[in-house]
Amino acid sequence: MLRAAGVWRFFGDFPALRDVSLEAGPGDCVALLGPNGAGKTTLLKLLARLATPQKGTLTLPPRERTGYLGHGLGLYEEFSARENLRFWSELYGAPPALVDAWLERVDLSHVANAPVRQFSRGMRQRVALGRAFLHQPDLLLLDEPFTGLDERSVSLLQQVLRETLERKGTIILSSHQIPEVMALATKVIRLDRGRLQ
Amino acid sequence: MREKLIYALGIVAALYLVRNLYVMLLQLPDELAQGPIYRIFYFHLPGYFTGATCFFLGGVFSILYLVTRKWKWDSLAVSVTEVGLPFAAMNLITGMIWGRIIWGIWWTWDPRLTAALISALIYAGYLMLRKAIPDPTERAKNSAVMAIFAFTSVIFTYKSNEWFRTQHPAPVLSLRTGGGTIEPAMEWMLFHNWMALLMLAALFIAIRWNQEERRREIESLRREALAY
Amino acid sequence: MIAQLWRIARKDLHSELRTKEALNAALSLTVVLLLLFSFAFDPVADEGKQWSGGLLWLVYSFAGALIVNRGFARELTNDCLEALRASPVSASALFMGKTLAAFLILLGVELIALIPFSVFYDAGFGGHWATLAAVLALTTWGVTVVGTMFSALTVNLHLRELMLPVLVYPMLIPALVAAIEITRGLISGTAFDPVWFRLLISFDIIFTALALMLAEVVLVE
Repeated sequence: MLRAAGVWRFFGDFPALRDVSLEAGPGDCVALLGPNGAGKTTLLKLLARLATPQKGTLTLPPRERTGYLGHGLGLYEEFSARENLRFWSELYGAPPALVDAWLERVDLSHVANAPVRQFSRGMRQRVALGRAFLHQPDLLLLDEPFTGLDERSVSLLQQVLRETLERKGTIILSSHQIPEVMALATKVIRLDRGRLQ
Repeated sequence: MREKLIYALGIVAALYLVRNLYVMLLQLPDELAQGPIYRIFYFHLPGYFTGATCFFLGGVFSILYLVTRKWKWDSLAVSVTEVGLPFAAMNLITGMIWGRIIWGIWWTWDPRLTAALISALIYAGYLMLRKAIPDPTERAKNSAVMAIFAFTSVIFTYKSNEWFRTQHPAPVLSLRTGGGTIEPAMEWMLFHNWMALLMLAALFIAIRWNQEERRREIESLRREALAY
Repeated sequence: MIAQLWRIARKDLHSELRTKEALNAALSLTVVLLLLFSFAFDPVADEGKQWSGGLLWLVYSFAGALIVNRGFARELTNDCLEALRASPVSASALFMGKTLAAFLILLGVELIALIPFSVFYDAGFGGHWATLAAVLALTTWGVTVVGTMFSALTVNLHLRELMLPVLVYPMLIPALVAAIEITRGLISGTAFDPVWFRLLISFDIIFTALALMLAEVVLVE
């Protein structure tokens, strides 16, 4: 389902990723650990097709079946929660009913038409999670998703991850928060200075 | 070894140029209608050809970079464009001097002159864009795309004489007109000077390319040192 | 591809109509400049008909720079550009969608600006509305296609607001000159050389093709 073989990624002559290989299948939850600057974000970007490796091969599911949550939330401040999710779900081909269902689930239905600009951080995170998850992706890529989440959002995220695994989806996530992640991880990968440990 | 070649090329180019200047200034007769100033043509046209060749190569190397993603093509692309710009400037300035003497004006907004000026501005913009992007991959990629866009301006300048009514003199080379518009000795001189300028350009490009490769190496070493 | 293109265009238009950032700036700048110039030169005299067309396009190009600058810059907050690039939208659909949105917004500004222009500068277009529409549409498309491409090229730069106009204006000059000549002909009632329309059409075709081919290269790291 997902495979990286001998992947190298350079910035100029500087190798951010060196000879990285990994494989993950349905139901796998891969925890990507390592110090800052190790290349976790770079690897996730490659898996999200945001960048291409200079060496090595990648076998990935199509974009419509992938969900990506990077450091930025990917929300338009001037649009409402509903408008944001409608826009993103349309791009991924998900039915609009799912948008209202999600807003209901995360308890934001009552403010669904207010611009995101007015939302608190926790509220935005709940909307952003919807953006990555709504279309029920086969592959979910998350870059430090637990960082800065309030309690409620942490348990929401864990629920979402569990559901994805139950659906036989694949998850790759990087984190510094070990306990939350270890509860779900089926594989652990450690990166240091671009190399697998 | 490479350095010896560069020195050798430099000496040959210098000698060739001196020989050309001698012939140009002392041996060839004045042109009938224009008087002595016509000799500037020996720098005006070859300057244009050299500059245009450099820009063309810049486009080619940019495409090669985008296809192969090998850094050497990016280094060559910037070297070639940086060297081409002064030759384009030579073309514009010698043209202006000639225009001042023959037409009495430094500049006129006619299609060919305007197109040549715009072309130079666009390539100056290319160099500015490169300076403004810190990440090497993004810099190489984006400037390669800009170089491809920029090359349309070179084609436009070349064709502007054909497509628009222009004040600029019509072509005189036998290649274009089939002969009879220019004295053979003069045409040869034109060719010789173009060769001399090309050699100079090759020399500068070699030096600049070398420098660019070193700069790249230093940049990545710096990045590696600061990374962890 | 068309569907995705239209979704992007619709989103950009929606966003612009709601925030009106670029719209307000472009419209106010256009009207203010037209006003200023009418003080500096006497527009109603006969010579006015010779240069007012040029002024119009000059002012339009300033407005255009403001609008295309927003093109990719609007995706920078919250890393929306990254989210878009990771989504199923193809690079060319993303690019063309934004170009279309910028085109419609700029065209809107231009049409509105025609009113104060005709009033301050006593400019009629000789009833040649089809020609006027054609020159507006063709030139605006050329400006937005090239402008959006450069917006993508400069999106990460600190000095984007300065670099974008500096890089883009020289590339746009052929199209602007053509537009100016045609408009001058319309305003002063003289015939213009059909080569200008040919230039506009070739400009549009060549740069649209180049942009489509290179969009993917620019948007993938």
